[in-house]
Amino acid sequence: MGLATFKGGIHPYEGKELSENKPIQELLPKGDLVFPMSQHIGAPAKPLVQKGDSVLAGQKIGEAGGFISANVICSVSGKVKAVEPRLMVNGQMVMSVVVENDGLYETIPHFGEERDYRALSKEEIRNIIKEAGIVGLGGAGFPTHVKLTPKDENKIDYILVNGAECEPYLTSDYRLMLEEPEKIVGGLKVILSLFDNAKGVIGIENNKPEGIKKLQELVKDEPRIEVRELLTKYPQGGERSLIYAITGRKVNSSMLPADAGCIVDNVDTVVSIYNAVCLQKPLIRKIITVTGDAIANPQNFKVRLGTNYQELIEAAGGFKTEPEKVISGGPMMGQALFSLDLPVSKTSSALTCFTKDMVAAQAPTACIRCGRCVAACPSHLIPPMMMKAALKNDCEAFEKVNGMECMECGSCTYVCPARRPLTQAFKDLRRQVAANRRKKA
Amino acid sequence: MERLLHVSSSPHVRDTVTTNNIMYDVLIAMIPAAAFGVYQFGLNSLLVIILTMAACVLSEYIYEKAMKRPITIADGSALVTGMILALNMPPEIPVWIPMLGGVFAIIVVKQLYGGLGQNFMNPALAARCFLLLSFSGLMNNFTASGIGFDSVSGATPLAMIRSGESVDLAALVIGRIPGTIGEVSVIALLIGAVYMLVKKVISPRIPLIYIGTVAVFLFLFGGFDPYYVLCEVCSGGLIFGAFFMATDYVTSPITPKGQVVFGILLGLLTGIFRLWGASPEGVSYAIILSNLCVPMIERVTLPKAFGKEGKKA
Repeated sequence: MGLATFKGGIHPYEGKELSENKPIQELLPKGDLVFPMSQHIGAPAKPLVQKGDSVLAGQKIGEAGGFISANVICSVSGKVKAVEPRLMVNGQMVMSVVVENDGLYETIPHFGEERDYRALSKEEIRNIIKEAGIVGLGGAGFPTHVKLTPKDENKIDYILVNGAECEPYLTSDYRLMLEEPEKIVGGLKVILSLFDNAKGVIGIENNKPEGIKKLQELVKDEPRIEVRELLTKYPQGGERSLIYAITGRKVNSSMLPADAGCIVDNVDTVVSIYNAVCLQKPLIRKIITVTGDAIANPQNFKVRLGTNYQELIEAAGGFKTEPEKVISGGPMMGQALFSLDLPVSKTSSALTCFTKDMVAAQAPTACIRCGRCVAACPSHLIPPMMMKAALKNDCEAFEKVNGMECMECGSCTYVCPARRPLTQAFKDLRRQVAANRRKKA
Repeated sequence: MERLLHVSSSPHVRDTVTTNNIMYDVLIAMIPAAAFGVYQFGLNSLLVIILTMAACVLSEYIYEKAMKRPITIADGSALVTGMILALNMPPEIPVWIPMLGGVFAIIVVKQLYGGLGQNFMNPALAARCFLLLSFSGLMNNFTASGIGFDSVSGATPLAMIRSGESVDLAALVIGRIPGTIGEVSVIALLIGAVYMLVKKVISPRIPLIYIGTVAVFLFLFGGFDPYYVLCEVCSGGLIFGAFFMATDYVTSPITPKGQVVFGILLGLLTGIFRLWGASPEGVSYAIILSNLCVPMIERVTLPKAFGKEGKKA
């Protein structure tokens, strides 16, 4: 049997050599910190502080605004400068708490004190995770306490830790595997204590042999935990691809992983769970890779949430050549930025800065029906048929050719020899169909 | 920031393969067969190849200019059409015939339906069939004085097989036989086919199923004679058609299962035409008839999306 994987996918240039051997550096913020009240999927949080209030690192400054929502935690000590709408990575203006950093990093009581998770009840653990403001740090930002509260917890038989890191250029998860592997295993053990019937599997792509070795050593005496080597292929770390590769189960767009007995959490999320439960540290930091061919000195940073992107670029030596594009995230699914005056949020994972050589815009030409997109699609779709529907803005036809099963991974667009903007069109139409469905409901 | 950053939707990186690369790879893959044709049949073949390609490119240019559309001749698709059409011509054909065919292929079959990617029949083959019907005498004259195929011995191997004569398999494989410029040498064609397979320009799915179906069909209905089947497979442009024309992206199904159906359909039609048709050849007609079925094939072979297998779509 070959390595665990899925059908379809692509092999883009990995670019990880730029930063994979750079140890994580702690970066302390200089300027003001911005905490948007909506850094997750679900209802925005409600600000708990007002202008002029003093705040501490680890203090809750935003209260979850519903069941599917998450708290927002302040990452430094200082004074609240303003509560006002600020620009987010996705281009929206979101109500945010702006904190002036006093540089003292005073924390709330008990911050960083060790705690034995075995002495806690399941209810208490879930509540700690909720209070800590933890969401899916792989990019989706789904509140983790909701994920860990499925309808029937006895039906969950797999806890999958997503260490695929299939997105090119990103190395933050890899560095965590090398530098804090015991926290990954520790966090997984906390999750496993919530699910009596589950087994933990850490899935890692085989382009990270060091990470695999490190974790394998750590779990060799853990009966409930296993490390699984995955074939290096994009989008191996997509939730559906990962579940299929490890368990052989298939999840479609109308299902949750829990429907297939799985809960999937990213490596950094698991580490954050460990920090919150075992070290009493709520989610106030994020590992960010600053990389790309336009960056002077690519690095992996441990940064406080709310830090300005501009500070990260400066800490990585600034631009060595003029960037054409700066992407929040990786080159396959990241968001191109028009401004760097943005805060690090819970779903930030990288700043990838490319020169024109890498990302020059290319004019689309006619589809020649070569079928490369069909071979690449991990959801087994026919992108040209979806594109035909998308160009006519025909939601019905789009759904008929299974357009809603698209996971927007970008593989089709990557391989398209005619440079057609497939993923972009699919994103648009998928939003429309989803909006129409909500209207009907 | 002094300068605005470029913003667009993800993904931000692209593979290096472009439409132009693909078209030029197909052209490169046809060079061995073309070179062998010119070597064997002489200078008129070279003239046919060059002028047919020129006619295709020129008619595309003139049409697009006249219609005020962007000029797309640099993408190489007209060159490919011209090359395929030229390689489908008898060696001593007067050059104006393939040139007329080139104009027909580009203007009528390709551009009138919307240009690259929109035609529902392979332009080169549709033009060949147009020429076969219009100039059947000239199009079926495989005299090649250069190597001693006169009007008597100029019968193609397929015609010989049909009239009960024996053919030399070795000559078939090398290509020392009368036929169109590009279809004769199995070896030269396979070199090109391997090039396209290695470069991942084509998938082996359609050609292998096509050739396999023809072989099985002729074995079952042609008298259970393996030698006969082998001669049939190596002649009459089947190898050329299977690897270079049936695999045309635009006019073959895009769904994986559809490609299987398409290959089988091609094989059945070719077998029927060869055994019972009016002419001993059948590849060209089989391909353009199957081209017409592609939309229907695709409709019934739409794959189930990941995770939706075994459920109603």
